[in-house]
Amino acid sequence: MPGYANPGFDTLALHAGAAPDPATGARAVPIHLTTSFVFESSEHAASLFNMERSGHVYSRISNPTNAVLEERVAALEGGSGAIATASGQAALHLAIATIAGAGSHVVASSALYGGSHNLLHYTLSRFGIATSFVKPGDFAAWRAAIRPETKLLFGETLGNPGLDVLDIPTVAAIAHENSLPLLVDSTFTTPWLMQPFEHGADLLYHSATKFLSGHGTVIGGVLVDSGRFDWNAATARSGRFTELTRPYEGFHDMVFSEESTVGAFLLRARREGLRDFGASMSPHTAWLILQGIETLPLRMARHVENARKVVAFLAGHDAVASVGYPELESHPDHALAKRLLPRGCGSVFSFDLRGSREQGRAFIEALKLFSHLANVGDCRSLVIHPASTTHFRMDDAALARAGIGPGTIRLSIGLEDPDDLLDDLKRALKVAAKA
Amino acid sequence: MKLAVEGPGGRRQAYAYTGGKPFDPGLPAIVFVHGAMHDHSVWTLLARWFAHHGHAVLAPDLPGHGQSAGAPLESAEALADWLLGLLDAAGVDEAVFVGHSMGSLIALEAASRAPARAQHLVMVGTAYPMAVSQALLDAGEHDPFAAIDSVNALSFSSLSGKPSYPGPGMWLHGANRTLMRRLQMAQRDANLFLTDFRTCDAYRNGLEAAGRVACPTTVVLGARDQMTAPKQAAAIAAALRARIVTLASGHSLMSEAPDALLAALREALTSRAPAPTS
Repeated sequence: MPGYANPGFDTLALHAGAAPDPATGARAVPIHLTTSFVFESSEHAASLFNMERSGHVYSRISNPTNAVLEERVAALEGGSGAIATASGQAALHLAIATIAGAGSHVVASSALYGGSHNLLHYTLSRFGIATSFVKPGDFAAWRAAIRPETKLLFGETLGNPGLDVLDIPTVAAIAHENSLPLLVDSTFTTPWLMQPFEHGADLLYHSATKFLSGHGTVIGGVLVDSGRFDWNAATARSGRFTELTRPYEGFHDMVFSEESTVGAFLLRARREGLRDFGASMSPHTAWLILQGIETLPLRMARHVENARKVVAFLAGHDAVASVGYPELESHPDHALAKRLLPRGCGSVFSFDLRGSREQGRAFIEALKLFSHLANVGDCRSLVIHPASTTHFRMDDAALARAGIGPGTIRLSIGLEDPDDLLDDLKRALKVAAKA
Repeated sequence: MKLAVEGPGGRRQAYAYTGGKPFDPGLPAIVFVHGAMHDHSVWTLLARWFAHHGHAVLAPDLPGHGQSAGAPLESAEALADWLLGLLDAAGVDEAVFVGHSMGSLIALEAASRAPARAQHLVMVGTAYPMAVSQALLDAGEHDPFAAIDSVNALSFSSLSGKPSYPGPGMWLHGANRTLMRRLQMAQRDANLFLTDFRTCDAYRNGLEAAGRVACPTTVVLGARDQMTAPKQAAAIAAALRARIVTLASGHSLMSEAPDALLAALREALTSRAPAPTS
């Protein structure tokens, strides 16, 4: 058909949600560092509060700079809208708290970032939200864990620490058979590598601190709604989502699913969760993340290109026992990665040194370009040795149960000249061998 | 609000959004009629405003769209009869009729079939005839999701509709595309896209209907509308002796220019525009 297409990814990364500022003509997105916005009249104020008009009232709930970021990430993900949050953790909390409360239950992949596991296993359980953890590839376990009070299924597109690839089409189908939404953490893949909504996920979030920002400067999160999940139908079948389909006394008796067929979840998340929990993003942070997103397509291509070179180098090195990267045939999810991640598997992965904890430590300390710190997704290459840092209290047996060996090293490959990265690794591996 | 409405297939359940307040037929009524591949949710900001400012509001889902039961109806005339049946079911004798795009043709036709029941006719993002290209109809028949993408790309005048709809943070292109796709997928026995766009294309009674309309009419157009370009509304506006308001917007005026559209509606309903004379 000789029709018109929606804009492409690279165009959206630059333009979605932004236009020249009507007040000043500024072409770049202005930073609206203001707590609040002047009402035109008392009637205008009342109609904004009552959601008879769209607009900004107070920057905890919405802000023009943040709105550009929200629209842009939603556009890149193929979503209906988004909410910027203070961190990725805040985005996860907001997603769960919008539809779950005391007595609710979540089924989550066991291959999660430690912070997410902590939130689900320890913290939310104190507030009455229980979580069952299942291996991401064990579909029978996903099904078996679902209870009448389950509110969502949750996993990471690429799981921690072994880069388990979440089979989103299959897990989404399990969720939908049970009238449940699937939430995914898409931080490691970014929309450039995978758009989870196209595979059936309903909600997703990013730690925008990582690749979206891309420069290791700010902490932030973005929660995105596909708009595809039919909360009314799910409530009719299961009675589960009355938070969105029945009048909410906490906001003008609003029935969110009546107000917006495709934005009900985000309306409640913003009008309740952002309002009451208050984990909002600074407009300055939003602006910096927008700067990062403008070059996301270029950066991700280079991240993946560099990662492949490093993976190939390490996989062929005598001092390396194994490399956990799904593009390698040795990875258990290699076939799934080829199907779901044709552009690549990102630039964060782990490998195992042959040797002791001491040799792992020596390797880290010999690196010059790789920065030893607790982050990923920076334009600079990063490294961490879990056995001597994040998991140093564990003995070797406990480490093994967590999928971590004494010589496990996690790398986040940046945008440097790849030959320099290989030189750095080569030299450090030699130092480690002598340690 | 759920209502039982008479239609071609008998009485069926219909859904109408009432603006976040209980419906009171004793108040001045205003009915908002959505366009092709849409549902009531395109009107919720305006509907809430009018419901909280002294009006009884009905923003129905047309049959086959959203929460109203039944197959989609296949002509503006049939939809106009259904709309008048909805007013009967709600106990509304007369109302302001506001329609967008395909909904504007339905509102026009309803106002002509029951001139005594229409207090004011507002046609938003309209054209007459509302011709649809054969290429789009063919695409709608064979690949409706590609056709949806094409319509979506033409529905907005920019990649940045501020302050967005129904609130900040919504990506208008994505929300509109998702709504259309959901409505299309919900119809297992009908091609909703094809039905709606054929309804627009086939309507030929506009000038005759305009001659029977007895109430004042306002036509609200988007200066950058690429679906129903402003000049395509000139003939019907002239026939209706309508007041024309042009806003800085594309076709999706409710989401691209909600405040300006509200101002236009308030102005229209408070002005003393003369009714057309034949």
